Amino acid sequence: MKPSTVVTGIGVTAPNGLGTKAYWAATLEATSGIDRITRFDPSRYPARFAGEVPGFVAKEHLSSRLLPQTDHMTRLALVAADWAFADAGVQPDQLDGYDMSVVTASSAGGFEFGERELQALWSKGSKYVSAYQSFAWFYAVNTGQISIRNGMQGPSAALVSDHAGGLDAIGQARRQIRKGTPLALTGGVDGSISPYGWISHLASGRISTAETPDRAYLPFDAAASGYVPGEGGALFVLEEANAARKRGAEIYGEIAGYASTFDPRPGSGRPPALKRAITLALQDAGMAPQDIDVVFADAVAVPELDRLEAEAITEVFGPRGVPVTAPKTMTGRLYAGAAPLDVAAALLAIRDGVLPPTVHIEPDDGYQLDVVTGIRTTPPRSALVIARGYGGFNSAVVVRSAR
Amino acid sequence: MSDKFTIEDLKSILRECAGEDEGVDLDAQILDTKFEDLGYESLAIFETTSRIEREYGVSLGEEALNDADTPRALLDIVNARLLSLA
Repeated sequence: MKPSTVVTGIGVTAPNGLGTKAYWAATLEATSGIDRITRFDPSRYPARFAGEVPGFVAKEHLSSRLLPQTDHMTRLALVAADWAFADAGVQPDQLDGYDMSVVTASSAGGFEFGERELQALWSKGSKYVSAYQSFAWFYAVNTGQISIRNGMQGPSAALVSDHAGGLDAIGQARRQIRKGTPLALTGGVDGSISPYGWISHLASGRISTAETPDRAYLPFDAAASGYVPGEGGALFVLEEANAARKRGAEIYGEIAGYASTFDPRPGSGRPPALKRAITLALQDAGMAPQDIDVVFADAVAVPELDRLEAEAITEVFGPRGVPVTAPKTMTGRLYAGAAPLDVAAALLAIRDGVLPPTVHIEPDDGYQLDVVTGIRTTPPRSALVIARGYGGFNSAVVVRSAR
Repeated sequence: MSDKFTIEDLKSILRECAGEDEGVDLDAQILDTKFEDLGYESLAIFETTSRIEREYGVSLGEEALNDADTPRALLDIVNARLLSLA
């Protein structure tokens, strides 16, 4: 039997709360962090709402040595990693570097940093470009910086598959645990809320241009008109279950199943591959659909994509066969950070015996989903987290109580 | 701008473009401390020398990067260049 992989530490930076405690309290109170963009003046853009992480002052958490060389989202990631270690009761400097892996996901690297340096290049010349641009923009930068800061030299990676990436990272980290690395730090913290980043988001055609924040992101609602981008995410400390128990760690739950699939070529006539990702993840967990107590949906809020996701869910679980929730309606979609934040919510839901709500929406009956529109106190013991990435990526993770 | 590049000038550029490591005091006697021991790796020195080149209008070349492993050595190279410009 494969060794079981458990989560022993969580670090969260989210638009509706900085830190796991603040995020979870806000989520259970249905408090949204979606609001008008403050990081730049959005007035000339068709979409003006985002989920920005509140109250984050980088220099309160990080040495001045790190500030000139890091993008905003890398700073958030370094702090989330610190918090995940602290939460797990692990001091990385007390462990052998080769016993610790880092696997994170990214969608666009340090986009804001890169934008600033490109501006310097074209307006002033190459001598004005920061030497740190060489890595600060890069997809693997969070993995690298977390590795350097914490002396983690085990097998490490960066996964890039848009919103699916956060789950793919967790799947890859679990592989490292199974191969014998005692500890892995994994998940995703992402964000590119800068003018150039914003233009890139808008180019997807999936960003909501609604006029008020509470109408901007309405998945599974007849009024769905696209989503709101956000920043932040979650990072986890993963360990092999027996080792974690032996050191007396508090265990949030097990990463019981993972699978990823890729959609067939458009026009091929073959069915989309999301359902297969779900069934493969269940199979990997050795669980049947009725064993799943709640589904955390990808929830793009683009009608066609909502329909595809609802079909995949109802085909596996039956019409209204399982509670479905999207607490990301309070944060916006965080790209590589989105699904890890859902995994954090799923683990906290299992810990506290509640289902977090989906806010602002009136579910469209046509989807035949049992959407959790208000907090429910039916204690879940397991959850399925779904994520899809632009271009055909589908991933699913099953978490369950380790008790 | 003064015609001589001082340790204070260097410290201010280091702080601005590479920051200051926890546990390192740039205001201590650092003239002969290796950059490495001050917490600056080659990229930080690269960033620092290119800032000096920009602000002082000198070209330091690879010599500064390769040979100047302490603040004193870097000051000497910069001041020699400034002198040759004068």
